[in-house]
Amino acid sequence: MHATLKRTFVGAFLALSICNTLPAQAATDEQFFPLATYRVGAYASSGIPVWAGMIDYLRYINEVEGGINGVKLVWQECETEWTAEKGIECYERFKNGLNGAPVAVYQPNGAPAAYALADKAAADRISLITLGYGRTEATDGSVFPYNFPVMLTFYSEASAFINYVAEREGGLDKLKGKKIATVYHDSAYGRETQGPLKLLAEKYGFENIQIPVADPGNEQSAQWRQVRQLKPDWVFLRTWGVSTPVAIKTAARFGFPVERIVGDIWASSDEDVLPAGSAGKGYLALTPYPGGAGFEIHKRIKEHILDKGKSDLKDPKSFGSVYYNSGLVNAAIAVEAIRAGQEKFGKRPLEGDEGRWGLEHLNIDAARLETIGFLGLMQPLKLSCNDHEGGGAAKVQQWDGGQWKLITDWVQADRQTLRPLIEAKSAEYAREKSVTPRDCGAES
Amino acid sequence: MTFFLETLIGGLLAGTLYSLVAIGFVLIYKASGVFNFAQGAMLLFAALTFVSLQEQGVPFVLALLLTSVVMAIGALIIERAVLRPLVNRSQITLFMATLGLSFIIEGLAQGLMGAQVRALDLGIDDVPLFFGEIMVSQFDLVAAATAALLVIVLALLFNHTRIGVSLRAVADDTRAALSIGINLNRIWQIVWAVAGVVGLVAGLLWGARQGVQFSLSLVVLKALPVLIIGGFTSIGGAIVGGLIVGAAENLAEAYIGPLIGGGITPWFAYFLALIFLYIRPAGLFGERTIERV
Repeated sequence: MHATLKRTFVGAFLALSICNTLPAQAATDEQFFPLATYRVGAYASSGIPVWAGMIDYLRYINEVEGGINGVKLVWQECETEWTAEKGIECYERFKNGLNGAPVAVYQPNGAPAAYALADKAAADRISLITLGYGRTEATDGSVFPYNFPVMLTFYSEASAFINYVAEREGGLDKLKGKKIATVYHDSAYGRETQGPLKLLAEKYGFENIQIPVADPGNEQSAQWRQVRQLKPDWVFLRTWGVSTPVAIKTAARFGFPVERIVGDIWASSDEDVLPAGSAGKGYLALTPYPGGAGFEIHKRIKEHILDKGKSDLKDPKSFGSVYYNSGLVNAAIAVEAIRAGQEKFGKRPLEGDEGRWGLEHLNIDAARLETIGFLGLMQPLKLSCNDHEGGGAAKVQQWDGGQWKLITDWVQADRQTLRPLIEAKSAEYAREKSVTPRDCGAES
Repeated sequence: MTFFLETLIGGLLAGTLYSLVAIGFVLIYKASGVFNFAQGAMLLFAALTFVSLQEQGVPFVLALLLTSVVMAIGALIIERAVLRPLVNRSQITLFMATLGLSFIIEGLAQGLMGAQVRALDLGIDDVPLFFGEIMVSQFDLVAAATAALLVIVLALLFNHTRIGVSLRAVADDTRAALSIGINLNRIWQIVWAVAGVVGLVAGLLWGARQGVQFSLSLVVLKALPVLIIGGFTSIGGAIVGGLIVGAAENLAEAYIGPLIGGGITPWFAYFLALIFLYIRPAGLFGERTIERV
């Protein structure tokens, strides 16, 4: 009996192992979408709805639109647990495509992996798309040809926040003398806005207070006692994971008004405010992909994917959540980049350099957003060799205790003011790595 | 002065939450000499079970009881499947076993109950209370009272019951305890079950503050310096260690942090623990062992 059981287990294990190594679907006329996911570990709760959004959109493209100009999409997941080492492992496994289906663009889905892969991907001539994370200086595509921190970099986020505060205070000139504190996750991500905020503080005359919170940030009394003592007019909350609900609850405990706290892109999800309970009611957050299931694309996905039981979403309540929508937007950018590339290279699966060309010629205007069903959910996005960010705007949403309500239209960052900072950093990188910047004027 | 006092009191109260986590470690270490790396995972599992039961409409008290039963069953399984086969193995073997156990429990918790973040409302408002100019958190006061109550219950259990006396006998000298007929396996089962219930209490309080999610298992990182300072074998030591860590890290963040860029809370607790290791390696209340070499 024991031996039979053992044989059964070994057989099942071997069968599973073989299945796991088999490609999702074997073909050469398909485009491969590698999905570096984190469904287990500390950040699983954030990741799961993101992958559902991405997979639902890719499935929608395949089943409703017949692929990108007829090129079907195949995807496969690889678990990174949001770590750099596993992120690299997944990239290495995926970079050569899947059974003939090539990789056009790659989304590392995590700041540690994005930083770790920046040079490696450039050497492999594969473009990394990092929406809302990654190196801000990679906006300068002349130095970073294969890095695309699209739509909203941390610099733009800081500037959009200041512009929103100015709007609330009655104009940029009213910022003079105000106290603006940034409570930030003490990591490369958290520290990224120090430069732009210093610059903006000098320009507009507000007091720039920086208060770090060490990872994981599950005890923040000391930080919020400091906030209480300094009495800032506004707090920019740049936390991640558990440090966000703890910050919101601790702020309430120290009597700081929650409607004067503006969370950043990584502190703007349902998962950030739900654990904070009633303390989160009135909390504001910047986002390039607002929550809500009322956008046109949601109607389409609901009809063709969700209602037909084909969604990757296990919890239907997450349909239209901020993270689900981020998955949709991430997938849409990759799909549109390939579509743009196909205009030049033909309606076939694209390779890395062709994907990069597609990204650098991406132009999703309002009309295109309307066509693909993303109007309102996503800002217009135009990339180029010089500008790997594009948009640079965010909407402000407010948590009403049950859901997010949009309270502004797109708040645009002052990208012109920030550009010299970006160029200085990218030039420093070029010097350090002996990179000769491309002549973007000569690129076609 | 008000700021100093407020920081000190706030830190002491925050420290009681660390103590709650540390007590779970102490219980198991006292009884079996095992540093239970899975305590954080047990805490997560307990809190997730409780919240999942509440989501199914189970009333608070019943959910509390059912979760305690689940933790007790878990303790029986751990004793039978992990500890008993490894009896008489070295401490490092047992430690590695609990390390593996933590991954199994975490995976099981997420697999069975999902990875999404859950809110936990214990009905205790996390609002400021003012004593003169000094602000104190109502939630922290309740947490401190809970820790005090837990220590009293554990003291009664260990000093005034047959099980408690047996446990102390095992902790003092396992072989002598065995020779007078104390059932070591039963003691381990009971201790792991009690540690599970302590984990539930700690998990509920931490879960109410930060939400019930995977990162709950990381609160054990706060317990390690507490144990080094207070000693691995004393519940009183866990309380005192928690108070020292809570107060010291809050005062350090407020007064030293601004001078060196801030964000020093997590490492300062370990820095403090390192100093204690130099001065008093067994901790303030730990048992000093002398070994013939």
